[in-house]
Formats: sequence, C-alpha cells, structure tokens
Amino acid sequence: MSARLSRGGRLIDRTKPLSFRFDGRTMTGFAGDTLAASLLANDQMLVGRSFKYHRPRGIVASGPEEPNALVGLGEGARFEPNQRATTTETFDGLTAISQNRWPTLDLDVGAVNDALARFLPAGFYYKMFIHPRPFWKHVYEPFIRQSAGLGRVPQGGDADRYEQAYAFCDLLVAGGGIAGLTAALAGARAGQRVILLEQAAHWGGRAPVDGAAIDGQPAADWVAGTVAALAAMPNVTMRLRTQVTGLYDHGYALAGERIADHTPGDGRPRQRLWRIRAGMTVVAAGAIERPLSFAGNDLPGVMLAGAVRDFVVNWAISPGDRTVIVTNNDDAYRTALALLDAGLVVPAVIDARASVTGALPQAVRARGVRVLEGRAVAKVKGGKRVAGVAICAQAGQGAVLEEIGCDAVAMSGGWSPAVHLWSHCGGKLVWDETRSMFRPDPARPPTGDAGQPIAVTAGAASGALTAADVLADAHAAAGGQGPAPSAAADDEAPMEPVWIMPQGAGPALKAKMWLDYQNDVKVSDVQLAAREGYESVEHTKRYTTLGMATDQGKLSNINGLAVLSDALHQPIPATGTTTFRPPYTPLTLGAIGGEARGEIFQPLRRTPIHDWHQAHGVEWEPVGLWRRPFCYRRPGESSHEAVNREVRNTRERLGLLDASTLGKLVVKGPDAGRFLDMLYTNLMSTLPVGKCRYGLMCSDNGFLIDDGVVARLTEDTWLCHTTTGGADRIHAHMEDWLQCEWWDWKVHVANLTEQFAQVAVVGPEARRLLEKLGGMDVSKAALPFMTWAEGRLAGIPARVFRISFSGELSYEVAIPASRGAEFWEACVAAGAEFGLMPYGTECLHVLRAEKGFIMIGDETDGTVIPQDLGLGWAISKKKADYLGKRAQERSHMADPARWRLVGLETLDGSVLPEGAYAVAEGTNANGQRLTQGRVTSTYFSPTLGRGIAMGLVRHGPDRMGEVLDFPTVGGKVVQARIVDQVFYDREGAKQDV
Amino acid sequence: MLILTCPHCGVTAEETELALGGEAHLKRYGPGDSDEQFEAYMFARKNPKGVHFERWRHAYGCGKWFIAARCTVTLEVFGTYPAQTARPPADLLAAIRAKRPSADLSDWDAATPEDAQ
Amino acid sequence: MSEPQSALPGRRAAGFATVAEAGLQGMITLRGDLASPVLAAAVQQATGCAMPGPRRIVQAGDRAAAWMSPDELLLILPHADAPGAATALQAALAGEHALVAEVSDARAMFAVTGDKAVQALAKLFPVDFAAMEPDEIRRSRMAQVAAALWQAAPGDWRIVCFRSVAAYAFGLLDNAVRPGSELTA
Repeated sequence: MSARLSRGGRLIDRTKPLSFRFDGRTMTGFAGDTLAASLLANDQMLVGRSFKYHRPRGIVASGPEEPNALVGLGEGARFEPNQRATTTETFDGLTAISQNRWPTLDLDVGAVNDALARFLPAGFYYKMFIHPRPFWKHVYEPFIRQSAGLGRVPQGGDADRYEQAYAFCDLLVAGGGIAGLTAALAGARAGQRVILLEQAAHWGGRAPVDGAAIDGQPAADWVAGTVAALAAMPNVTMRLRTQVTGLYDHGYALAGERIADHTPGDGRPRQRLWRIRAGMTVVAAGAIERPLSFAGNDLPGVMLAGAVRDFVVNWAISPGDRTVIVTNNDDAYRTALALLDAGLVVPAVIDARASVTGALPQAVRARGVRVLEGRAVAKVKGGKRVAGVAICAQAGQGAVLEEIGCDAVAMSGGWSPAVHLWSHCGGKLVWDETRSMFRPDPARPPTGDAGQPIAVTAGAASGALTAADVLADAHAAAGGQGPAPSAAADDEAPMEPVWIMPQGAGPALKAKMWLDYQNDVKVSDVQLAAREGYESVEHTKRYTTLGMATDQGKLSNINGLAVLSDALHQPIPATGTTTFRPPYTPLTLGAIGGEARGEIFQPLRRTPIHDWHQAHGVEWEPVGLWRRPFCYRRPGESSHEAVNREVRNTRERLGLLDASTLGKLVVKGPDAGRFLDMLYTNLMSTLPVGKCRYGLMCSDNGFLIDDGVVARLTEDTWLCHTTTGGADRIHAHMEDWLQCEWWDWKVHVANLTEQFAQVAVVGPEARRLLEKLGGMDVSKAALPFMTWAEGRLAGIPARVFRISFSGELSYEVAIPASRGAEFWEACVAAGAEFGLMPYGTECLHVLRAEKGFIMIGDETDGTVIPQDLGLGWAISKKKADYLGKRAQERSHMADPARWRLVGLETLDGSVLPEGAYAVAEGTNANGQRLTQGRVTSTYFSPTLGRGIAMGLVRHGPDRMGEVLDFPTVGGKVVQARIVDQVFYDREGAKQDV
Repeated sequence: MLILTCPHCGVTAEETELALGGEAHLKRYGPGDSDEQFEAYMFARKNPKGVHFERWRHAYGCGKWFIAARCTVTLEVFGTYPAQTARPPADLLAAIRAKRPSADLSDWDAATPEDAQ
Repeated sequence: MSEPQSALPGRRAAGFATVAEAGLQGMITLRGDLASPVLAAAVQQATGCAMPGPRRIVQAGDRAAAWMSPDELLLILPHADAPGAATALQAALAGEHALVAEVSDARAMFAVTGDKAVQALAKLFPVDFAAMEPDEIRRSRMAQVAAALWQAAPGDWRIVCFRSVAAYAFGLLDNAVRPGSELTA
C-alpha cells in the first residue's frame, strides 16, 4: 500500500496539515502536496476508470502528462471535470470525485466491458454500428451518446472570474527547471527582456529530485540562488503556475496562469490567459518518460520510474513497501537509489539490456539489489492494485522464469523530449537512433516575420538528458556569454529501445499491453490497424483513438508509432509523428473567454437616449451591436398591440423615433462630388446646397449594399446618411476606394455618426410640435420636402432634414449627442397635447412597408441589384461610370427573368410567413419543387387591417394580379396576389404637406 | 497570429488590430471593358504558394491601407508599403528576388506598368 | 435648460488603480495636409500646441493636439470652446483642402490613474507599454472596441473611445482594476 513516509518531502510543509475529500471520504495531506501526492499518502491507489473498458486506473505520472488520475474538482458553480490530480495543488477543503464509474469507483458496472474486451477491438464502433441502417438513429446513436464523454458537464454558471493580459519580451522561457533558469539568466545578463514561466508551483524541475550538483552546490540550493538572482533583475518577469500552452505565428505564445485554483473564492481571478509576443522562445519544457509495454502495465501501482522518484523525494510518498523497477536505461536506477534512501525495499531491477555495467546500476548492486539482465516483465499480477510481477526473458515469448511479490512497479522506457511547443509552429524533428527519441532539429526551427528562428530548445527538450549536458545546452540556447553553470558529467550507459516486452510476446500478452491508458488503446489494437491497412500514423491515430484522449498521447504516442512502424516493417522516422497541436495542456474556456462575460461579454452600443427608452417600457431589438427600441409596451399590452398602436398613432397624430444610430458620414473636398458620383448610382454632384437626395450604393460587383439620404451642406461638403448597420462598413468602403484606387482625388471623409443624436418627428402633427419647440421656421415654404436647414430648436443647436421614411410629414432632427436626451424629453413634454407617442423599429418597418420602401437586409441579401427592386429611377443614365455599373451590364444581371420586387396581398388577409417561397410547376434534379419568388418583408398593416408583404418574383412587375402559391411549414398553402408594392398613399400626398 | 508594421504610422500591430483586404494591385475594369477583363478583375484571384501581395488596413490604428508582401507558406513578411501605388517598390522586389529566387514576380518584371504594355 | 451630458456623468471605480469618466471634453477632428504651415498655424491658434510628430501628442494646459494618422489630428480643448474653435479653424483653413469636424459628443473619455494603472491597461490593449514614449498617443483595440490612449502625466492615462460603447469601456476598466488582480505586486 502507498503511504506517507515519516521523514523527507522537500516540497511539503508538515506544519500545515490539510483536510480534503475524495469521493466523499475525508482525507488529509500537507501544504505543498499535489492532489496525486495526497491521494497516494492515503493509500488511494485506485483513482479512476479507463474510458472504454472501465479498467481500474492509478496514478502513473507526476506531472501534466498524467493520463489516468482525472477527477471532477470542486462543487456547484466551481465544479470542473477532468482535472489532473498530478497538477492540482491540494488545499484545505478541496473536494474531488472520481470519474467514469458507476455506482462507485470500487464497484463499477461498466467494468463488464473489460470482460468483453476481446470483442471490442480498435474500429469496433465503425464495424458494429453500420448495419442495419435503421438501427443507427434509434438504437446505436442513443447508446453511443450514453457512453460518450468523460467526466460530468458542469451545470449552471461559473462562480469564478477570468482575465487576459498582454506581455512582450525579447526572450520567453517556457519551463523553470535548471535549463529554463540557466537560459533566463543568460538572456537577462545580456540585457534582454525576459519572461520566465513555470507550470508547477515551484522552481527547479527534476534536477533537485535527481540529486544533481551544480557549480558545486546541491541542485536545490543552486535553484534557490538562481531564482533570487533573476528576481532581483528588473528586466526579468517570473511566474509560477503558468503553463505555456502554445507557440504560434510570428512569436505569439499563449500561457495559462492558475492564479486562484488553489485558493478558490479568495476574490482574485481564477485564471489568466497570457497573450505573449516574444522575439525568441526558449522551449525548456523538459522530457517525458515513456512507459514500457508489458502485460498489465496499466494496473494501479505501475508508475513511471521518474514519477516514483518525484513522489518519494518531493512529497515523501512511499508507493509501497516493495517496488520492482523495470527499465531499458540507467536513469531508472536513480529511482532505486531514492527508494533505498527512503528505507524502502527494491526486490529487483529488471533490465531488458543483456549487459548492465554502468555506474548507476553498479551503485544499486552495491546496495544489495538484484539486477536481472536481459529480463522482462511477462505480466503484472493483481486486480485493482499490483500484487507482483512474473519475470521472463526479454528475448523470449514470455515463459515465466520467476515471480516476485511487490506493491508497485516503477517502469522506464527512456525519455522523449517535450518538443510540442517547438513543433506547434513548424519546428522540425529528427530521429535520434542512439537515444531512441525524436528531438528538435536545430537546423529547422520555426520561423518568424523576418524569416528568423523564433524558438530554440534548451536542456532535456533538446534531448540533453544529463545535468551537465542540460546546463551547457541551455546556456548556449540563450546565447550565454562566459562559462555555463557546470555539473559533474554523469556516466550513463546507453539505453536500448524496447517497444514491447518481451519482444516475442504472443497475442494474449499484447492484448494486455496498454499504450494509451485513458482511451484503452493496446499494442494489439495498433497492430490490428496496421493489418487492416492503416499505414499513415494520422489514420491509425483516428482509427484506434491512440493519443486522442485529454492527455493527447503524451505517454503513448512514441510507443504507439514504434509499434506501428514495427508492424509496417519500416523504420520509425518513416512513420513519423502525428501533428503537435496547441494547447500543450488544456486551457479552460473561462480563460479563453477572459473578461468577456455578463455586462462586458460584448460591446453594447447605446444611443444618447438609451436610458429614457429603458425607463419607458422599451422592448429592445439588437441591431448589430446597437440596442434599438423595438416597441414601447404599455401595461397589459402585447408587443403586437404596442406596434399597432404606434403605427396608428404615427399615421394619425404624432410619433417620435430615436434614429441616432443612422450613419452620418461627412465627405468634403474639391473632388467630393465626383467621388460621390462614383459611389452612388445616381448623381450627387448636381444636388444643390440645402437639398437632400435619396441614394443607392452598390459594390463594384453590382449588388446593392446600402442606401440613405444625402444632404449637400456646402459647395464642397456632403453629408451621407447610411443605414444603422452600414455606418462603419460604408465609412470603410469610402476609405478603401479613396486610399486604394483614387488616392490622388482630394476628398476627406469623417464619420460623425455618434456626434449627433437624431430624432425623427413623424406624423400629421409634426410641424406643430417643432413650431411649439420654437426657434426655426419649419413651414412648407421655408423648409420644403427634401431640404434641410440649420438653427436652434428649443434652444438646442439643430440640423433639420425634411425627409420621410414613413410617408408622413416628417422631420429628422440632428442635435449634439450631449443634448440628445434633453431634446427628446423636450419633444415628449411638448408633444403631449398632440398625442405624441414614441415608436420603435417594428413600427418603422410597418410604416415603410406600407409605403413600399425597401430595407437593406430585407429586400437585399447581397444578390440583389437596384434594378431588381424597381429602383431604376435612382440610377443615373448619364454617368459614364459608378461602382457596380459594369457589373450590372453582365448578361445575368440584365436577364429579364430575374426576380423583381412586387407587393403581395394574401387572398385571406393573413400575414405571409417570413421567407416563404412561391412555388412553380415542376421539380428540379433533386426532386424539389421549383420556385418563382420569395417573400422579403411581411407585416400586419394596422392601417389597412390586413397582411401586406413585399417579395421578389420572376417577371414580377409584368404579372400584376396573378395569384401565387406559398406553401408553409406544415403543408398549408397561402395564396397571395401580385400587386403594386406601395400599399398606402400612392401619390405621396401625405409626406409633402 | 501575424504582426505587421504599418508603413503609415510605424506601429507594429498584431493581426487583431488589422483588417485583411485580399489581393493587392488589382487593376479596376469598368464600363467599356470586356466581360473577360471584368471577370478577371472581379473574380480571378491569385492563390500562390509562396510570395503574395495583399492589402491590409490598420483598422484599429491610423485607419490607413497598406500592402504586405508575405510568404503564404512560412508567413515571412518581406515588407510593407503604403497602398497608394500601382506596383511594389523596386527595392522590395529586389529583396524578395534575393531571398526567394524562384518566386514568380513576373507581373513586376518590367520597370513600369507602361513598359509592360 | 439642462446641461449637456457626457456618456456616463460622474462614473468612477476604485481598485488597484482609479477609473473615472472624464466628463465632456471638446474634440475636433482635423483632416488635411499636416505639412502645411497654414494648418500648423491654425492648430497653434486653436490649441496653443505645436504640430505633433507621428504618434505624438502635444499638450498645453487644458488643450492638446494629437497625431491620429498621416492626414488627421485630434484637437482637444474645453467642451464649451469646441464649436467656436471649429468655426475659427474652418475660416482659417478656407483656402486649404482640409476637413474640420467637431466630434466632442461622439466620444467618451476616461482617466485611469495610479502607479499600477498600466497593469490594468495591459489586460485590455495589445500594446507594449514598456516601449511607449511618454508623449506617445496610441490608437489600438481595448478588448473589443477601438480606443486611443496617452498619458496626461506619468501614470495618469487618458482613454478615448466612441460614446456609444462608454458603458462597455467603463465595465472593462472597472473589471481590470479589481483588487487582487494586479499583474505584479
């Protein structure tokens, strides 16, 4: 059984005991523990179940590479699934639950899958769930959905807050082990701006555990001294608990900082996403130890040798009284020494190499430990934890020579450099035959904006596996001047690649050799994939799910592709690796979202009159990022009733609309008229000062993109109104053409949309209201239809436009935004006697539809040209050119069979469904009904007491009086007659009074 | 995420501060030009594996349009220059030719557009 | 008659730095040939400031001239003075190809002050603040909206954004200065 040792533990503070709960049981740990250490201290070796077979799983690693020990952490609004126990710091009150088991971790019904494992090989789902076809929807899919997914989805909102921050540096060092510290110091001493980030809660990485001596000091002392030196340098920023998760184009890096994961609810942001731009990134991410593939290598108690060492040295954890070590290299002997130093028993070291004579093995032998040369594990014995190992010859097929009882197995298949960050942005790898590893190829680094290298690896990430090599490599990586920190050269004998154990294992053993612990991919699965023709490592990955679990194959990928290479009879480099994609470890969606939650989820644009609307029963409508009043509901009124009331009141009395969101672009200069003639389909250069003209804008592809009223302010200045959504877009459109096509034209543009509040005063009583406000002559004689004037209304500077989008007598009044609310309230107060009511966008839509006015975005959808909409009158025949003119001459654009705008009147007076299609005789190649038109706008008209609509219909204007069929959802057909789209006041008498 | 230096204001901006505007140096065809010319102008776009000239606007900065010469494979940026020109600067073309001898810069072989006709 | 209203009158937030809506501020957009002596004289007349160099802001008391782009300045002055100044500029530049537009009410302005103010800004702007000059104005992106910022004095930052997004901008800054979220101690 695993337990806490009474002495030692360099990272724990025994004066600070902690209490936490796992699956409802209260346990204790110490400050400085990871949850994995705390669980082992409480003999909780079984921590989860695997995904497919529900096999019992224990802690196998000690860091971010852990595939098994995933827990649901926290409760309620702080619950989060799939958290790695090996990177979770234990804190007082922590709550964790195990995953993928029911009803309990110990007694899991899903484990029946394990008994059926031989019937559930790789590709089982693809083969099984394809026939019979009808079963998919009602049998297979529900079944798969039930078993899919790992961990429980959090319910409700997240109690924590998150944020992001930007940082810039010359040198970003990813990893705070001795390589990272050395590189950071070298860079900092050269005057570079350095950011040093370490994912763990402490500096120094593995070196203090391995017992290296640096510059004559114990590694831990050297680390403390170097950290202090770096902390004192003003050009160095250092962060613990911060994982660099990805390296991207042009030296952009993301890093996730865990600020308050271990202090939940203390008011600080839980996590922060760092968005870093680095001149050079030093990847000092270390190396990841590889498991060995032997039967039963997934039982709780089988751990990586380096992890066992970490648990013993860092957290004073005994993995069990007796630990057998299985290895193909010398490094694992350090684990034997650490266990012996802690007073624990190492019954044997099983070494696959035929002859073991290195200094480390000799030191272990000298302590009285048996070293079995050329031997392998035939099988691990035990159920939910290790009970012993059966030993065989590595060269054989698994005949058992001996059995040794033990509580734990420490395995080492060699080390793989953590090359992920190097590879994310294109750094290439080479296969190092002598050390059996893919390591970065320094000659082919990822490159940046000037083609320069943007990353370099340092230390173990380069493939340097001894302290002396690590320090020299890291010092050089950061361009260090002078001598590198030094360590005694380790005398390690070469490792020997071992991809399965024993090398001649038969099918029964191979079906129990796990490659991917989390996704239950075994040696036999990869070999099956190879037999079935999956030759590409990327295909094999997806077919078997090797490396597709939350750990992304940190332990399994190299072993898996070695097994695949063997099955394909090709060298490992010919198989290659799968693509390394960010993030290295998962980032939470909270961190990715950052501050963008709640009120600041996205910018919400408010007009100067927003607060008044809010206080007066508004129902909001989002229009882009703007909020506009949809209608104003009175007590007991439905939205529909409110809209009808607003329409009738505006037609009969007086309505008030907040039109502040309309775009207002000032265009000025000697060439402004010429420019606007190119931009609009009609002539704007001939517009007299003081007058207004409606204009259409097209893209150079011919399609209608915006419309609005243009007012000529002075001889060389025009004011162009755009749609609400068009203000920024049309401003950019103007700048684009001015800067990139007609850059020699003398024109300036300014976007004054927000400088002004704009209020539409609409209805038969409009003039009387403005006269009552006083200050300007707004009579028909002084201010006729389609003119504008400047002055003061109610004492407020105002520009008044006699324009109408409703067919009524209408003034649009622009006032400075700082006085917008004041003007609005003045209108409301003065308008009471005229029956004034504010109205919203839906009323505006009904009013314009009754008049047959088009709306950009309703009648247009990016495929409609002005000619389709009967707007030929607004297209100048005199101009040689305007944006869209040439396109509108193309044969398809000039086709008389294009769908064109008409009015539609239902025979029964009902309202046509939005977007409904008019069907034609016959079907297309897919058997679908042919169509001949569609509805673009449809409303109930309170003025006419019936449904009205506009639509685009083939040959529409030539087919007045014809009745079309509009099938609706559910099969009913609505019939509508083609009519003129102007439903109300066809002569325009009401607006021109 | 790319960084580009705006030649108008000198800011080295990240991609989120910029807006991409597609292929640069298109010649506009209009009324009087053939269907083929118009089609090529409106729809035919280069998609090179290698050196590409593209329009960018410093949208969250000075608002000005510029052109970046960029490798679509390595994302190396050879240079940026104001959009108010019909052809890339000669020194930039020379620098690109030196770095990428195999790049197809045949559009700019002639000294001036007039010479090309 | 009521007073002109800024976007968020009097709104303040205090955390590890202080955020305050700066009230109504007179602003004039001036587009034209920045090399023109006539234009430079007009700017001097309106603000008392010399022509700023690229990405620089020249400040003089309650007035300033800021370089916004190669053909655009932002002139800053008391709100009540802006309409008159715009008219005067218009007249002074009558012979020039220039555009003068008052934009006071199109904007909202915030002051973010304190020794750690820059830490709050580093959460929202993709800007290398360590590389910014004391008299530099930077136009960039504050989270999801366009904004410009500069220092009125060391540690005394000014941020200008569009008026319609003032509440969003204030919300961002309020959130960014919350105690406990300092980037460094």
